[in-house]
Amino acid sequence: MIKSKKNEMKMEFDSKSNNEAFARISVAAFASQLDPTIEEIADIKTSVSEAVTNSIIHAYPNRTGLVKIRAILYEDEVEIEVSDNGEGIENIDEAKEPLFTTKCNLERSGMGFTIMENFMDNLKVESIVGLGTKVTMTKKIKKVHN
Amino acid sequence: MNVKHFIEDKILLFEMTEELDHHNTEKIRDRADYEIQRFMPKRVIMDFFRVKFMDSAGIGLVIGRYKQVSAMGGRLELLNVSDKIKKIFEMAGILKIIPIIDVSLESQRKE
Repeated sequence: MIKSKKNEMKMEFDSKSNNEAFARISVAAFASQLDPTIEEIADIKTSVSEAVTNSIIHAYPNRTGLVKIRAILYEDEVEIEVSDNGEGIENIDEAKEPLFTTKCNLERSGMGFTIMENFMDNLKVESIVGLGTKVTMTKKIKKVHN
Repeated sequence: MNVKHFIEDKILLFEMTEELDHHNTEKIRDRADYEIQRFMPKRVIMDFFRVKFMDSAGIGLVIGRYKQVSAMGGRLELLNVSDKIKKIFEMAGILKIIPIIDVSLESQRKE
């Protein structure tokens, strides 16, 4: 079955930590067109925050680069893509392990991907070392029947 | 972040800010570390009363303070943890070592 697209948006911004709030609030505002519950919006915000923070910290550790977000709304689902042209991830399975982190000194908990997996319905991570990373996640927005 | 000192009981209470993400936790961490080193508390309480948003940066912040406080023989406790925040802490398994306290501290908070 082909999902019919209802709306789409793209944004890109500098990999600066003060854009983390901007990014999650923007995506949440866009997704609110699907009339999600407060809970669903909170899950989306947290997951976007994790993906964007990963790009800021890991993709561009010593420089400022661009972080891109694409969000697509379907009838009952939102698909969010967060990508960068940064360092890339050498071992994706290892990176997804709960509590695995390469940035202990920054007090990173290593829970980013675990949270995305828990809060979204689907998570796909693609990465090429030296070229960048793309995280695609989808979440079903359940229609509330009165 | 507001910091409250209960001098007699050697308790340090940190009122977390509304948004606990990577950007904001860096500042909180610096301030908390400074206060802990200066005050040498027996108990440190992190109060989540104001927190409206938290991602995994909050886990890192709590684990970091736990290590610091327990290294000096003190105790770390969490206060006013909403269900949403609790779910995130549970994913990391930290509630097995760091207790959430439910008792109202109002009597102690009159300073």
